[in-house]
This record gives sequence, structure tokens and C-alpha cells, in this order.
Amino acid sequence: MLVLQIKPVLAALKRHKAGTLLIGLQIALTLAIVCNALFIIQQRLTHLSRTTGIVESDLLTVGSEWTSASGAAVEPLVHADLQTLRELPGVQDVGVSYGYPLRGGGWNSGVTIKPDAKQPVAVTWRFFADDHVLTVLGAKLIAGRNFRADEIRAMDSHNLAAPAQLIITKALAEKVYPNQSALGKPLYIGGATAPSTIIGIMDHLQGGSASSWSDAISDYVVLEPKLLTDKSNAYLIRTRPGQLGAVANVARDTLFKANRLRIIPNGEGEGGGVRSFAQVREQAYKNDRGMAIIMSAICAVLLIITAAGIVGLTSFWVSQRRRQIGVRRALGATRHDILGYFLTENFLISLAGVLTGIVLALGLSLWLVAHFETRRLPLPFLLIGVALLLLLGQAATLAPALRASRVSPVEATRAA
Amino acid sequence: MFSYYLELALRSLKRSPGLTLLMVLAIGFGVSASMTTYSVFRAVSGDPIPWKSSQLFVPQIDMWGPDGRSADGEPPNALDYVDAVALMRDHRAKLQSASYRIAPPVQVPGSRRHPISVSGHAVYSEFFPMLDVPFQYGSGWAVDADTNQAAVVVISGKLNQEMFDGKNSVGKTLDIHGKDYQVVGVLAKWDPQPRFYDVVDTGGFDTNSDDVFIPFTRAIAVNLSNAGNTSCNSNPAEPGFVGMQRSTCTWIEYMAELDSAAAVQKYRDYLNGYALAQKNAGRFNWSPNNRLRDVPAFLDSQHVVPSDTKVSLMVALGLLIVCLVNTVGLLLAKFLRRSSEIGVRRALGAPQAAIYAQFLTEAGIVGLAGGVVGLVFTGVGVFSVGLVLPKDIAALAHVNFSLLLLTLVIAVVSAVLAGLYPTFRASRVQPAWQLKSN
Repeated sequence: MLVLQIKPVLAALKRHKAGTLLIGLQIALTLAIVCNALFIIQQRLTHLSRTTGIVESDLLTVGSEWTSASGAAVEPLVHADLQTLRELPGVQDVGVSYGYPLRGGGWNSGVTIKPDAKQPVAVTWRFFADDHVLTVLGAKLIAGRNFRADEIRAMDSHNLAAPAQLIITKALAEKVYPNQSALGKPLYIGGATAPSTIIGIMDHLQGGSASSWSDAISDYVVLEPKLLTDKSNAYLIRTRPGQLGAVANVARDTLFKANRLRIIPNGEGEGGGVRSFAQVREQAYKNDRGMAIIMSAICAVLLIITAAGIVGLTSFWVSQRRRQIGVRRALGATRHDILGYFLTENFLISLAGVLTGIVLALGLSLWLVAHFETRRLPLPFLLIGVALLLLLGQAATLAPALRASRVSPVEATRAA
Repeated sequence: MFSYYLELALRSLKRSPGLTLLMVLAIGFGVSASMTTYSVFRAVSGDPIPWKSSQLFVPQIDMWGPDGRSADGEPPNALDYVDAVALMRDHRAKLQSASYRIAPPVQVPGSRRHPISVSGHAVYSEFFPMLDVPFQYGSGWAVDADTNQAAVVVISGKLNQEMFDGKNSVGKTLDIHGKDYQVVGVLAKWDPQPRFYDVVDTGGFDTNSDDVFIPFTRAIAVNLSNAGNTSCNSNPAEPGFVGMQRSTCTWIEYMAELDSAAAVQKYRDYLNGYALAQKNAGRFNWSPNNRLRDVPAFLDSQHVVPSDTKVSLMVALGLLIVCLVNTVGLLLAKFLRRSSEIGVRRALGAPQAAIYAQFLTEAGIVGLAGGVVGLVFTGVGVFSVGLVLPKDIAALAHVNFSLLLLTLVIAVVSAVLAGLYPTFRASRVQPAWQLKSN
């Protein structure tokens, strides 16, 4: 039936060149934009669904800085804070660290496996952590051991000595010592001349930033047994289940009560004060989520407009051809035939539209690749887009086509 | 005559409310999506100091050599301490200032309040006149404050409000980082975005205000370390902040005012001479690889406008084009449906020009209605973008009169453009044929 109808449909379309062209063009443009936008959305969703390697619920971060204390004076103050926080009801354990996953910035250094190597094997995130951090975060150790309390050294960030011990992520271990166990092997961090020994390997821990610049190094994390005395450290607090809100409410006041010569900022991101890990995650991925939402909104509007356009123009064609439809019905065409006619007509226009659209979509993708460091549009997105628009075209034609099929044969006898 | 066309158009639009609504909404959506993304783009791509940006230059010196260059051969975007101080000492530009970010605790002397952490910059005296920084009270400090490492401070109006209840605080003292500083100036509102004098630390945009400015030399003397980014190609050989000052780590921004093309060329030659001298002294063992860009070019080279913003704008413009194609189709349907009416008018003596006037009026009204709808959607859109985008960017996007006017103008112009072809077709309707078939 379909085959039989193509010829008359084409003949009729020749009399509506402009309208046909406009719908086809609209479908082509919509396809080009929608499949590239879908690809952007998918990339952002993949980006923000990466795992951190930690237990994110019931985790609180509190950034605090000392206003006047510096150097060696800081260590006892931090220990007093840790003690104060551990005594809070609802708190399970507390660690202190400069750097944690998705913090929004931090410290990066290259690592080598030989002291005199010129180029680093990998650039890493350095988290300066105490012996509680690993367990507080809930990161999984797959080999070796955690730091001991007596291994943590307090030092100034301008005067960093190479640590004796390091805990690194599995991804980094496999990068620096491929095909062998990295445990017990040396690593030179940040141009240090003395080696550090890898004493533990974590299954996974995400770096300090979710920004795309750090994607390549996001799985390379090094824990160093240090307390930085001149940086804004964060207390990482593991609360008992359901106690997060309660602890978050009192954390600031409790710390100020213990010692008021400090600053706990109010801001978001890197310099944030009291933040639950859910907030840390939300702030880290705000950009990605925002882009995904904007692209989705544009796609939705685009598809609605295109569908509405098809409904509008098809309705016009139906009303224009009522008499012809009547004649066909009088000559024996069934309602089904009329319906099929309009659906076929739309299918042919849509097909031409999507074929043009494929070319436009690839062109747009190439342009985006050339200007914005994105990847080429993968084939599945093109196919999804094509299917989506062909279906949309048929669905949008259905209502006017049904109306056409209900045109009575009597129409044939009426004057135009 | 126009009022007659207006009446005809309104009557015609009323006759098919569904189609009319569809066109109005399509234009409204298309225009508002473009305007919403444009408001963000406009906010981040603006010139922060338009009257002077072409005279302000950022020098870059290649102190790392071939190993430290980016893939496209660019030297670091900031200076190390040695070079920054050398450039300041040579003082070859009309005005110049090295600067770095500081974040000291601040307290009003004698008060029992919690000290607060503020963000600020250590700068030279020429920073203020060079960037036309506006003052509410007092002024910047004199050149001798630079040489004397004087304990003076310029504070923001915001900090003045918090610390001194907004009163003229010039001459009062403020406890910064445990030392007393004399206030010499209070800024009027000054929040340039992009933050052109500190792209290195902000990436271009900053929700925090710069609340304190103290002499660069003073900050170095009291070991107020850098609170911004530090990039090192190799580890400092010596420990501490002093080791940082002797290293090739980059953490200092630099800006110079050069008023003429000749001055720019002279400064370029000077930078080359400086890099060559460093090579001859054995500090660099590579040829000079400097850059000297004015503010717009520097912002561009640092990719200050996020690519997301550009992509969103492009996609939204695509949406506008689709909406226009859609409107062309619908207007075509609408106009040709009235072929018999056109036939009658033509037969009664209306010239083609009259048909043009009539139908373009109708398209214009659709555009105007679409524009009004677009205004509402743009308002909603800019508000929603504020919710979904990161603060530093979202805070900059706002609705103002020029954006609203642009929305209306684009809506009407695009609707009339979309109406051109349908009107052309309508004007070619043959009266004889229409009359006969009726």
C-alpha cells in the first residue's frame, strides 16, 4: 500500500514546494541541534555520575583557619578541635585534611619513580591527611595499611619535606608501576629528592575538583601523613546515621566556643565553611547540571515547536484538500487510505529532512569539536535523533490526518 | 491606511486563534531562549574597563623555558617574584603595578568581634590611578608608601560598612594580620567583571569582593603569603615564603599602562631586552618568548568566556532559526488560505504594494505579540538560569532595559522577515483565477 501511495504523494507535494521545503528544513535543523544537545547532556550526566570512592552520606566538612596562631602552635590547637568535635553527640569520628574529593581546588604535583626524572609520570592530587581521614571518608583500602598516629608530621606548606609514607589510589598505582604491585615501592612527589614509600593502596578516591581541566588526573590521588599548619584545613566529620543535620547545626558554635581566634567562612566551594558532602557535590557539579538542564529545556522547546509546526501546516493542507479527499472517498478510497496518504506524505518529507539533518548534525559537531574541545558526535546519538524526529513527525500528523480521514464523500459534490 | 491594515490583521488573527497562538508562542520561545543565553554571554564577555582596556597591557615572560610551555607555546600567565620586581624597578611604562592575592584576617582594633577573613590584593600605588579605581573617601597611597613599606590600607565600601558603619574612616586604624594599618582610602562600589587584573586566581569571575589593598612591598615584608594560585615548574630550592620569592614559581599578576602604539612597541623591545639579558646572565637558556597583550586580548587568551556559555548561545540561536522557519511555514499557510480574499481585493483595484503592507502588518503584529510573550519568558529564563548556573556567572546575568528592548526588536524584525516570503506569495495571487474558482 505504501509503495502504491508514494507516486501520488510526490505529485501532490510538487504543488506545495514551499511548505514541503519549510517542514523539511525545520526537521533537518531540529535534528542537527537535538542530537548534538543530547550528546552534551549525556556527557554532563556521565561526568557528574562519577563516583568519589567514599561513603557520601552522613559526612560533614568544616573548613577552619587560625587568625593568629602559626607554625608549631597550630598542631595542639587542631588536636584540641578534633577532641572537641569527637565529643559532640552524634559524631562517630573526625579527621583533619587539606584536600578531599570535590572540594573545589587544592594542591597538584607531579610524581616520578626516579629522583632525577625530568617529566612526571603522572600529575596527582595531594591530600594532606591524618590517620583518621581514610576511615572517616570510608575509602576502601585494598592493599597495605593506613597511617599510624605517630607518622603524621605537622609542617608549613612552604617547607614540605618528602613524607616517609604515602597511600595512593589503585589508578595511580597502576599508572606508575604497571603490571606489578606498587606496595612498598618508592615514589618521588613534587620534585622531592627523597623517596616516599607506598604503604597503602586505595580502591578509588576522586580528586579535589570536578572541573573538566582535572578530568585526566581525577583518579590520581595521594594521601600524605601531614598536617599543614598554614593552610585552611577541613575537619571531616563522620556522623552517626541521621545525625548529620544536628551536628552541622552546632559545629560552628562549638568550635568558636572552644577557641574564638579562628575563621569559619560562609562561602561555597573551595573556601566553604560548614558543608555537608551533599552540598560539596552539588556545588562541584553545578556547572554540569546547569548545562544539562539548559540543553534539555532547549531540546524540549525545539521538539514542541517543530511538532506544532507540522500540526499547523498539515492542518492547512487538509483543509485545502477537503474536496479532493471527498472525491477520493467517493471513488472508493477507505478512511484508512486517506490516513495512510497523509502519514506517508509526512514520512517522505521527514525522511528528506532527517537525511539533510544528518549532514547538518555532523557539520555542527565538527564545528563544536574545532572550537570547544568536545568529542565527535557518536553514531547512536544520530540514530536516536533520527528515530525521535521520524516518530515526532508521524505523531504530529496523526491528528490532522484523522480529521482528513473523517471527511465525508459528500464533500466531493460541494463547490470548492 | 495603517489603522485599516491593523484592523484587517487583528480580524484575521482572531479568525484562527490556534494558528496565531502557535506563531506567537514559537516566536516568544525562540526569542526568549536566545535572549536568556545572550544575557549570560553578554555578562561574561563584557569589557570590564571599556574606556581604557586597549591601553592596559599584561606582560608574560617565559621563565620556565620549553619544558614549561603549554601545548601552543604560551609562557606562564603570571610572573615569578624576581621578574615582577625587576619590571617594577625598571618602571618602563607610564603606570604599572605588580599584584598578588592576599586573604588576611581583619579586626577593628579594640573590638571584641570575631576577626573575619577578607580577600584582597597587595598592589603598588600606581594600581589605583592606572585602573581608574573609584574612591568614596580618601585616595590611594603615595609612591613613598611603596618604598617605605608603609602600613596603609585601602578598603572597600563594603568592609567600611562592616567595620566603621559606612562613615569616613580615612585616618582610622584597622588590625590586619595582627598589625595596625592606617586607612588612607575607601573605595566606591568597584566590582569589575571579568576580574581583569586577576584572571589567574579567579578564572575571570569572582563573587567575593576585594576588600583590602595594601602596599605590595609591605605585604612581602610582613610575610603575607599568596592566597591565590601558585604554579611551579620545579620545587623551590629554599623553604618558606622567602624560598617562594627566589623560585621560578609564578603567582604574581602584572599590568602596565601604555598609551600609544609607539609606547607598546618600546615596551615590547624592553621585555625582549630583559629576557635576552636574563639569557646572557645564564638565568634562561632559551630565546625570549614574551607576550604583551592588552586586556581584551589577554582575557581571550585565558578563555575567560566559558565555552559552555558560547555553546548555549549557539544552540539557542539555532532554536530561534527553527522558530523562524516554523513561522514562515505557518504564515504561508495562513496567508494562502485567504487567496480568495486577496483575489477580491486585487480585483477591486488594490495594488501589490497594498497587499504587502497588509500582510507585513499582520506579521509585525504577530512578532510584537511574540516579543511581549518573549519578554515574560526572558524574565523567567534569566531567573531560572540564576538557579542552575554557578554563582559567579549567574550573579552577572540580569535583565535590563536594553535587553528587553532587544527582545522586542528581534521578535518584530524576525517576524517581519519571516513574513516576507509568505507575503510575496500572497501578493502574486491571480485575482482572475480566484474569482473564477469561486
